Amino acid sequence: MTQAEVGASAAKPQAAAGAGVRGGRAKTFRRFRYAPAVGAGAGMVVVWHLIVTGFDIPTYIAPSPWQVLQVFATQGDILWVNFLPTLLEAVCGFALGNTVAVLLAVWFVHSGLAERAFYPIAVFINTIPIIAIAPILVLMLGNGYEPKIVIAALICFFPTLVNMVRGLKAVSPQMLELMRVLSASEREVLFKIRLQSSLPFLFAALRIASTTCVIGAIVGEWIGSNYGLGSLIIEATYNFRAPLLYATVILGAGLAVAFFVITSLVERIVLKWKPGEVY
Amino acid sequence: MTQATAGATAGAEASAATAISVRGLSVRFDGDAGSVTALDGVGFEVPEAGFVTMLGPSGCGKSTLLRAIADLVPMAAGAISIFGRTPEQARRARDFAFVFQDATLLPWRSVIDNVRLPLEVGRRGGAVEQHAEPEELLALVGLEGREDALPHELSGGMRQRVSIARALVCRPRVLLMDEPFGALDEIKRDNLNEELLRIWRETGTTIMFVTHSVPEAAFLGQKCLVLSAQPGRVLEYMDIGFASPRVLGMRDTMEFVQVTAHLRGLLETAR
Repeated sequence: MTQAEVGASAAKPQAAAGAGVRGGRAKTFRRFRYAPAVGAGAGMVVVWHLIVTGFDIPTYIAPSPWQVLQVFATQGDILWVNFLPTLLEAVCGFALGNTVAVLLAVWFVHSGLAERAFYPIAVFINTIPIIAIAPILVLMLGNGYEPKIVIAALICFFPTLVNMVRGLKAVSPQMLELMRVLSASEREVLFKIRLQSSLPFLFAALRIASTTCVIGAIVGEWIGSNYGLGSLIIEATYNFRAPLLYATVILGAGLAVAFFVITSLVERIVLKWKPGEVY
Repeated sequence: MTQATAGATAGAEASAATAISVRGLSVRFDGDAGSVTALDGVGFEVPEAGFVTMLGPSGCGKSTLLRAIADLVPMAAGAISIFGRTPEQARRARDFAFVFQDATLLPWRSVIDNVRLPLEVGRRGGAVEQHAEPEELLALVGLEGREDALPHELSGGMRQRVSIARALVCRPRVLLMDEPFGALDEIKRDNLNEELLRIWRETGTTIMFVTHSVPEAAFLGQKCLVLSAQPGRVLEYMDIGFASPRVLGMRDTMEFVQVTAHLRGLLETAR
C-alpha cells in the first residue's frame, strides 16, 4: 500500500520536471532491478522455515534453512574439499567440450561431406541419456578425473556444435559476395567474417554449457567416486545427513550460477556490436 | 578458356578510351523450372572516366549485368573486358570495386577498420601497392571524426558513405554500384548523389551505377543504359549531355524533364 503511494507521488513530479527526474528514476530502477527476485527468494526461505518448524518435520526428511546454513560453518572443510574436484572437472569439461564442438563446426562448414557423415552421429550420441553414458565412461577411463571431465564435456558439446554450425553459416550472402569481389580465400572468410559473426550464437551456447557442465561433473561423480559434490550428495543421502545434502546441492547450484554470470560478463565485454541487424 | 581468349583479343582491340566493353553477353540461371535467360545478347561500351547509369524494370537483369562484370555471375555467352582483362583477371588485379545495396559493413569493426578491410584480404595474387589513405577517404566521403564509430552507431546514409570509402581504398579504376542508395530516403539520396558526382570528378573513376529511379539515372549518368525485361536486352544506350558540374536544381529544368520523360517512355515499352 505504502509502495503504491510512493509510486503515485513519484509519478507526478516526473511528469512535471521531465528528463532529469526520469533519468534519476531509471538509475534507481536499475539499482533495484534484482530486488523482486531477491525478495521472492527470501520469502520462499521464510516459508520453508515456517513449514519445517510449524509442522515439526524431522531434520532427516527436510532440514530448516538455519540448519543448512550451519553446515557451511561447521562442515565447511568437507564441502570445500569436495567442491574443488567438481570445479576442476566442470572447467576442464567446459573447455574440452566447447573446443571440440567449435573445431568440428568449422570442419562441417567447410566440408559438406564431413557434415553429412558426422552430424547424424553427433545427434545420435546426444540422444543417449548422460546417466547411461556415465558407467560406460567409468569402465573405459577408470575412477579418476577423466570420466567426469568427459561427461561434462559431452553435455556441453552438442548445444555448442549446433549453434556454432548455425552461427558460422549465418553470414549474409552479400558479405560473402563482398569477400569474393576482394578475392578473399576461404581462410580469410573464416577468420575475418565467419568466426566473428558466429560469436552471438557461440555465447548463446556457452551460457547453456556454463550450467550444464556442472551437472555433467556432478553426474559423473555419482558413479563409483569418493570425492566431489556428486559423491557427497550420494553419501549424505544414504546417511540421512539432510542438512549436508542441502548444503551440497546449494553449493553445486551456486557454482553453476557463478559460471553463468562469468560467461555473461565475458559476452558483454566481447560483443560490443549489436547482432541480428543488417548493416 | 574461350573466355580468356576472348578477353585477350578484346584487350588488343580496346582503345585507351574504353574502360569496359561488353559484347554479346548472355546469362542464364538454372532453376527448378528449367533455365531462365536473364540477359540476352547485351553489348555496350563504357568510356574511361565515364559515368553510366543502368535503368530497367524489376527483374530486367541490370543487377545481373553488373554482377557478370564483377565476376559474381558466370556468363553463358559473350565477352566482357575491363581495361583489356577478363572479369576474373580484373577482380584479382583489383581493377574494380563493388558497392552493394546494403552497406555490408562488418558490424564488429570500427568505421576505419571497415575501410581497411580490402587491404587485409585477398592479397595472395599481387599485393595492393597503390592504395589510398583510409583517413583521407573518410574525409572525402564527409565522415572525418567518426573513424572509431561502430556501424550500428551510424545512420543508413553514413554507412553507405563508409562502404563507398571502402570501395575506393584500393584506388579502383572502375566502381560498380548496385542500387547503393535504394534503401535511403529521398533527401539523403539527393545529398549522396551530389557527393558521388563530386567524388567521381575528383577521382576520375569509371562508374557503372544500377538504379530503378529515373531522375537518379538522368541526374548521375553521362550515358544511360536502358534494359528491357525477360530476357534483358539493351533498349537504348542514351547520351545525357547536361553541363558539368551538375547541381540538384538542374532537375527542375525543361531539358532535364525531357530526358526523364523519354526514359520513362522507354520503361513503359520495356515492360
